[in-house]
Amino acid sequence: MNEMLIIMKSELLITIIIFLLLFIKLGKGMTNDSLLILVQFLMLLNFIAGFFFNLPGNLFDGMYHTGPLIAFQKNILNLGVYLISLLFADWFRKSEHLTEFFILLLSALLGMFLMISSGNLLMFFLSLELATIPVAALANFDLDKKKSSEAAMKFILSSAFSSGILLFGISMVYGATGTLSFELLPAQLNGNPLQVLAFVFLFAAFAFKLSIVPFHLWTADVYEGSPVAVTAFLSVISKGSVSFIFLTALYKVFQPMNELWYNMVMILSIATMITGNLFALRQQNIKRFLAFSSIAQLGFILVGISSNALEGTSSVVYFVLIYVFSNLAAFGVTSVISSRVGKENIDEYRGLYQTNPFLCWVMALALFSLAGIPPTAGFFGKLFLLTAGASKANYTFIIIAALNMILSLYYYLKVIRAMFMEKNEKPIEKIRLYPSVKLGMVICAIGIILTGLLSWVFDYIQSLH
Amino acid sequence: MIQPGLYQILFISTALFFIGIYGFFTRRNLITILMSVELVLNSVNLNFIAFNKYLWPNRLDGVFFTIFIIAIAAAEAATAIAIIINLYRSHQSIDVENAEEMKY
Repeated sequence: MNEMLIIMKSELLITIIIFLLLFIKLGKGMTNDSLLILVQFLMLLNFIAGFFFNLPGNLFDGMYHTGPLIAFQKNILNLGVYLISLLFADWFRKSEHLTEFFILLLSALLGMFLMISSGNLLMFFLSLELATIPVAALANFDLDKKKSSEAAMKFILSSAFSSGILLFGISMVYGATGTLSFELLPAQLNGNPLQVLAFVFLFAAFAFKLSIVPFHLWTADVYEGSPVAVTAFLSVISKGSVSFIFLTALYKVFQPMNELWYNMVMILSIATMITGNLFALRQQNIKRFLAFSSIAQLGFILVGISSNALEGTSSVVYFVLIYVFSNLAAFGVTSVISSRVGKENIDEYRGLYQTNPFLCWVMALALFSLAGIPPTAGFFGKLFLLTAGASKANYTFIIIAALNMILSLYYYLKVIRAMFMEKNEKPIEKIRLYPSVKLGMVICAIGIILTGLLSWVFDYIQSLH
Repeated sequence: MIQPGLYQILFISTALFFIGIYGFFTRRNLITILMSVELVLNSVNLNFIAFNKYLWPNRLDGVFFTIFIIAIAAAEAATAIAIIINLYRSHQSIDVENAEEMKY
């Protein structure tokens, strides 16, 4: 009994925090400022607690399982949520329903934790829904903005559709094998046509959640319309958690269909990188621009996934850790500027360096890391992804991926040039940052630099496998 | 009386699935789109029950899955309808053609 509580401790901790916030909501009067400080403190505690008492184990007849790697993945997600609570303070302070916001956010996080730990397709489906439905409500949080409700509508409909496809795939898996457990499935898979069809449906559902190219159409609209904090959550935490479970699904469950999914992953990866990059070139709105850049990054994650289990898992987990730092820093700067001055166009960022050098440096570091330029961690992340992908000796694929990295430099540097080098008579005025936002940005900047330079981080992740 | 076999039921459920998908792509009214999604989910329920009855009669996973799908579909519909009501307040319409501020 006690052991069960310790094995599920990260989920239980989140549940306790959710209930605490519910009680605070029931009680009277807490200003947004003090509530925000409390939430940041709780998130920090939650993040620190993730490092202690991690017991591996199986629960509920294999429905739930955890181990060192899964605990580390949960820590990455916890870190992301802590950074979100720090970085988007500007928007949180203005928000009318802060408690509800965090209750929904943490419910989605709980869903993601259960999803990473799931050992059965039933559990996987339930937790995936728990991770999706609250986010649709979150996307609608700018209640008076037309764009926000439009984004929420697009998100809930496309996610309902994708879960329909997922379920159809699962039902065929059940018909073909008679089991839903991740442990028993691989032995039953022999690659007959029904199983292949089922796998294609499952793959399509994953592609929807990860916004891989033929299924990416909802991404840009949802990212642009939602509040920036939700966009950051969607693009970092949600994408990260789905790619973690995607690793398990491909390497553990569908390992017997290895050759089949290698080709699918390769083709979709090339399509994703090229489409994401080409569409990012012509964006003017910075949130839309980051949306397409995150689609392109997902293409690179797929390069890593196409490898074998050990290298693929460690390089993807490492890349997601870096991606948390760099993308959240970029979204943090965007959020400060959009909620203080209301400007979201790249042209309006011109001359930002004259007035806000700190914001400019953070943004530049983040974009350099996303583009993969050497001193930053993004370079090492991409390097390991490409090395992992090259282990299958399909060099044309790797060369196309490397060429895409060069292509992506153009649009990342365009933003940096607008901020640093172009003159503007009326640049955005000087913004005084809240201390928590500054702290979040400093953590991100340190993370961007140190995760790449400290070589033991990658070794540690590899040792967890 | 002829007992329906597995193929008949699978035919119905697959037809229902694609009718739902067709409706999802062609309808313009949000409530109708939501109904199409429900059709897709219900076709999956039929699938599970049929597989459970004809192929794996001594297991219960399929039946349990169906119950959970019904519950989740209700939750999803509740959230979607709340969002649609909010969309109606801001756009004065629940036609997808009118929700078009963001494109490309």
